[in-house]
Amino acid sequence: MITFKINNIELTVPDNTTILNAAMLNNIKIPTLCYYPDLKIKSDCRICSVEIVGQKGLVTACSTIPRTGMSIFTNSPRVLNARKTILELILANHDANCTACAKNMNCELQNLANTLSIDKNRFESVWHPMPIDDDNIALVRNPNRCIKCGRCIDVCKNVQGINVLEIMGRGHNMTISPAYGRYLSDEFCTFCGQCASVCPVGAILEKDDTELVWKALHDPEMRVIVQVAPAVRVSLGEVITGKVGEIVTGKLVSALKLLGFHSVFDTDFTADLTIIEEGYELIDRIQNGGVLPMMTSCCPGWISYAEQHFPDILPHISSCKSPQQMFGALAKSYYAEAQNIDPKHVFVVSVMPCTAKKYEAKRPEMKLDGEHPDVDVVLTTRELGKMIKQMGIDFAALPETPFDAPFGITTGAAAIFGATGGVLEAALRTVYEKVNNKPLEHLDFVSVRGLEGIKEATVTVGGATIKVAAVHTLANAKIVAEQVKNGTSPYTFIEVMCCPGGCIGGGGQPYGTTNKTRQERIDSTYRVDATMKIRKSHENPTIIALYENYLGKPLGHKPHHLLHTHYHARKKSEKKSSDHH
Amino acid sequence: MIEQKVITKRIGHINPLSIEDFISLDGYAAFKKALSMNRMEVIEQVEKAYLRGRGGAGFPAAVKMIGLAKESGPVKYIIGNADEGEPGNFKDRYLMENDPHQIIEGMLIVAYATRATHGYIYIRGEYDLCISTMKWSIEQATKHGFLGKNIMGSDFSFTIEVRSGAGAYVCGEEFALIESIEGKPGRTRVKPPFPTSRGVFNKPTLINNVETFANIPVIISMGGAAYAKVGTATSTGTKLICLSGNVKNKGVFEIPFGVSIRSVINELGGGAAKGHKLKMVQLGGACGPIIPELMLDMAIDYERFEEFESKTGAGAIIVIDERFNIFEILMKVALFFSHESCGKCVPCREGHIQLIIIIQKFIDRKATSQDLISLESLARVMHQTSLCGLGQTSPTAIISALRYFRDDFIDCIEFHECEENGQL
Amino acid sequence: MLLEDILLKYPPSEEHLIEILLEFQTQKETHYISEEEIAKIASYLHISESRVCSTNSFYSFFSDKPRGKHIIQVCKDIPCYVNDSFNVLETLQKLLGIHVGETTANKKFTLETTSCIGCCDNPPAIRIDGKMYTNLTVDKIKAIIAEYRG
Repeated sequence: MITFKINNIELTVPDNTTILNAAMLNNIKIPTLCYYPDLKIKSDCRICSVEIVGQKGLVTACSTIPRTGMSIFTNSPRVLNARKTILELILANHDANCTACAKNMNCELQNLANTLSIDKNRFESVWHPMPIDDDNIALVRNPNRCIKCGRCIDVCKNVQGINVLEIMGRGHNMTISPAYGRYLSDEFCTFCGQCASVCPVGAILEKDDTELVWKALHDPEMRVIVQVAPAVRVSLGEVITGKVGEIVTGKLVSALKLLGFHSVFDTDFTADLTIIEEGYELIDRIQNGGVLPMMTSCCPGWISYAEQHFPDILPHISSCKSPQQMFGALAKSYYAEAQNIDPKHVFVVSVMPCTAKKYEAKRPEMKLDGEHPDVDVVLTTRELGKMIKQMGIDFAALPETPFDAPFGITTGAAAIFGATGGVLEAALRTVYEKVNNKPLEHLDFVSVRGLEGIKEATVTVGGATIKVAAVHTLANAKIVAEQVKNGTSPYTFIEVMCCPGGCIGGGGQPYGTTNKTRQERIDSTYRVDATMKIRKSHENPTIIALYENYLGKPLGHKPHHLLHTHYHARKKSEKKSSDHH
Repeated sequence: MIEQKVITKRIGHINPLSIEDFISLDGYAAFKKALSMNRMEVIEQVEKAYLRGRGGAGFPAAVKMIGLAKESGPVKYIIGNADEGEPGNFKDRYLMENDPHQIIEGMLIVAYATRATHGYIYIRGEYDLCISTMKWSIEQATKHGFLGKNIMGSDFSFTIEVRSGAGAYVCGEEFALIESIEGKPGRTRVKPPFPTSRGVFNKPTLINNVETFANIPVIISMGGAAYAKVGTATSTGTKLICLSGNVKNKGVFEIPFGVSIRSVINELGGGAAKGHKLKMVQLGGACGPIIPELMLDMAIDYERFEEFESKTGAGAIIVIDERFNIFEILMKVALFFSHESCGKCVPCREGHIQLIIIIQKFIDRKATSQDLISLESLARVMHQTSLCGLGQTSPTAIISALRYFRDDFIDCIEFHECEENGQL
Repeated sequence: MLLEDILLKYPPSEEHLIEILLEFQTQKETHYISEEEIAKIASYLHISESRVCSTNSFYSFFSDKPRGKHIIQVCKDIPCYVNDSFNVLETLQKLLGIHVGETTANKKFTLETTSCIGCCDNPPAIRIDGKMYTNLTVDKIKAIIAEYRG
């Protein structure tokens, strides 16, 4: 244990605790900027500099472990002057046109300037305009706002293992960008959005599609419907009230109704549908010598990654579309027919925790009529929060409203899609019962839950014991993909999610996502599951009816046309926005 | 004569490319002696000698050796830092070009004492001749059995590889150098851990300037206590001084610590260049303080230089005469560091451009008293909060100039005020 | 092919990136690295192209734009500066007909400035293709350039 003083208050903390963490444990807040929980300590911004009595220079609290007997001051005149100076230096090289930035009022740099009472900047502005990368469908990279904290490089390189973003040059002129300052669309970017999720300022943001939705909502010719992903209902609350992990399903539906959507549907419905198709696909491959291991396909970041880096293993990936896209296809066929509307007048909006879903919706394979996307616009959880604010809705005061029929009855299996291991667990609940012809006693496959990178389980299916795995982050996806490529994979079925924690940790989720908040959202996800009446996809009566009345048999002709897709090897991203608008 | 040739004693008397010449003048004798000593004993001699790093920081060499020796293997590294990018410094070039084996011998002794297994000599890319000389010498030493496996029948094995820099002064900093050896941009790392626990490829590593290693064979030969008798109590042994600028005789001179700056300039340098009066001297290199003529009686000594809140630097003495004003010199310094900054931390990356803007105002005689306050404040903040030695020492010249040449700043401000008030 | 030959000399590990870039850009007559070459190196070392670009753009020796056959580096630091009575840089600019950072039309020379090159004992100094030229005068510079011009 270490005993020392911060601001004359004596503290005792475990060995190897940094000054910053020691302060946090004792409710002393030291300002930081480049620091981010769960990422590497960079010690670049120097904002968290503190004074140790008897030492000449200042040290950074994030990287310094105190020694017993030290006396540290976090707000001495020397420290305050240093912090102010450093912040002024950052601001002197920053496009501080805040009112024209989507991060206005939600920006760590602004918060810091406010905390430090920055008034007039002593230093001359040395910022000069640089081109903005607006060339893809999911993300906007604006180097004019970049403060070179390095968080985006950290997640892209060390969490995702992709390393598209890097520091170019050195010294004052250095920038953070892909090779040659290329567009992300010309690079191996999968649009997972993890960079956007950790950026403290507005240097990387999701493409703002809210205006397209407002336009559609006020277009009398359009029937505007919305689908909501499983992860959103345990996350939206954070954007609006700041409470982590609150389950806000009912209020969410009410809010969407108030925004003007004709019908509010649940993506969980098509998640159940995905389980049926994918479950039967897996059974078919196991029983008829198909390509194994089979790998899930609902994560577009994973699909991009596989197409770019592991084209050889594409036959292993399930041909099932994602729940988002299955919904879009059904909306423009089954729903349009049932409602007697021309599919061209059905406008599908989906609310996702994900930025890569914006890209997925515009893939050329995702257009039933070959012309119009099945999903017209994808909004992130953050964008929905923005629209709710724009509408002036008092979210907390809203009543609870259920999802609309026919796409509103769902199961616990669908609800857990948002957590890493959830798709796997949901699939096992169905596959087990279908093959073994007996009910599954324990529905909870706990060994595939949680934040460990690669999680395994063993299941006995049709007399054979098979090994399955759930992985999250692309760095871990690479490991299992290599095994599949080399023919050394011990698994029969692998779930791959590109974001840490699964979709609840997606690139479009509320800012400030850490392992702690991921776990809280995951816990809420399993709470939703535990409280649902029906917990297995194949017991969803609306799904059963859909097959009986419309789709026919799983993997049949109609499901194949509507609910399945194909992939192809790609050299680079090939995702220019010009191809899609 | 104030010169004392200890590590430069062979220079001029040997063909540097001949290992036989080196051996004939006691070359590798100290290493042979070390091999017969207990490893701890070798470190103790260096401790008794109180050898301090000659690259600028002046850190006690024995502390690093003890640190490395404590680490368990199986792989441990020794790195000879020959990145010598500090303006005004050319002593490492001088050593490598003229007595290359001495450095190898020093590294061997330290490697033996600390059970290191691999060595690198990191030489700045501009020193093409040094790179080929060191590579040749390592080949020669290997052929003669001083490098390789089970050297001279002992259980000690050690190899050295030469690595070239590629034009980045910052790679003289320990971790930036390590990053460069690992093939990456030369940006420092968060400390701790320090190189002796996690260095190259995360293995225990000891880095010292090549002049430091050149002192090791001398210490083993004469004994640490005898070595410590030369110089001062806090700065033992000799130092290679690089004399340059507006001085008659420029070059490398080896002097014992304690000698005054003035005596080096006058006795060895022949005084200021013909026809001009000495105005200021920059000590150590671009990272060092700028002092006026009346301070030249100061002794060359680590503790004396600590008073400038900076290190001695690598030993350069740059003489500047009255033809040049303080602002153009400070601008040169600021431009140098601005170009060489790695960009990792805010104070250094964003601070230098602001220093340049303010200094330019003084050059243009448009500076105000607020500019003076901002300059002083910014220099101090950079000094106190930068992540590595580059940003921490870059403002030293400004801080010293504000102390010793403050009148020049005030005159400039007053001139501008008079101009503004139409008094001119 | 020059690049392939150089790559094969090194194990495929990022550790050797700087050595590869040094060897290649020194030997290649235009002393720079192209996009295709960056891609080849990235593929060989199993690192991203952005990573190769990052390292290439960090070090002063390297360039991502073509340069002349002979790279002239002029020292701009204090020991040379206070001994430069005739302005080395301006002399070279006039002689070659280009400004700093530019390459002559015949692609023979590129003029760059450099930080101190450690020739402070014989100032002013320049470095051309790895050779140091010291104690310069206007005439000496003219003779040096004439020699390179052939």
